[in-house]
Amino acid sequence: MKSMTDPVAAKGSHENWISLIEVSAREVFELMLSSRLTLPESSPDLSSLGLTSMVGLTGQLCGLLSIRCDGKAAALMTSKMLGVPLGQVGPEVSDALGEICNMVAGNFKNKIAGLGDGCLLSPPTVITGTDYNLHTLVGSPGLEVNMLFEGLPVVITLQINS
Amino acid sequence: MDSVRALIVDDSSVMRKIVERCLRQAGIELKQVLEAGNGVEALSVLKDNPVDLILCDINMPIMDGLEFVKQLAGVPNAKGVPVVMITTEGSEAHVVQAISCGAKGYIRKPFTAEQVKEHVIPVLAGKT
Repeated sequence: MKSMTDPVAAKGSHENWISLIEVSAREVFELMLSSRLTLPESSPDLSSLGLTSMVGLTGQLCGLLSIRCDGKAAALMTSKMLGVPLGQVGPEVSDALGEICNMVAGNFKNKIAGLGDGCLLSPPTVITGTDYNLHTLVGSPGLEVNMLFEGLPVVITLQINS
Repeated sequence: MDSVRALIVDDSSVMRKIVERCLRQAGIELKQVLEAGNGVEALSVLKDNPVDLILCDINMPIMDGLEFVKQLAGVPNAKGVPVVMITTEGSEAHVVQAISCGAKGYIRKPFTAEQVKEHVIPVLAGKT
């Protein structure tokens, strides 16, 4: 995925949101998948991450939270969520990745004082493939968190429109 | 505790399966598990199927969980049936809104089987 608004250094009140995104993701993966996310030593090759789940935020905070990973990671997430062997995972991968994104977004907004009531989430959308552009408002900041799930890269991005 | 007929309402089939698994892990014996992907589907299911417990998401297409809970008042098979909301909408205002609509419990996603147990067992026992 190529972002038309590449993530930039967080400023002002957004500065500590990166850690909130990280904590939100860690809680979702630990509670729902019994898996501890770790931090990578280097940034992942985004061209290898062919699944993107997105949840829109609207209201007091407008933006888009996305989670990118490859098919192997998504299948493993689904396996762990459902408690079934990896070989039994089927078409529910998109549903599972969408729910994970939904929970991370919800968990994140609930951690920001006063935002929970005034910020609504869209149903998740899952995109397969890497050859697309994400257009957001000019100048809107983006926050990116790189993590590893069972050694596989997971990139969480929050594009902030207002 | 008698075995329970449960209706799980969530637009995610994965989440419905997780909720069912958590109910079983909580030691709740399930006689029947019915599923619906939104409030309209859930009302349709209830026309022909009496249940003992409803677990319901809030953010769903077509009819959301809060509207569904409001409409339960007119459904004979839902009379006195406890509803527990399971949702990412975790603000105090949402909790108050859900309870005022008739929900008996509220679980925030992400959740554990233990949290499901803590919220659902008292509701089934009529202690809330």
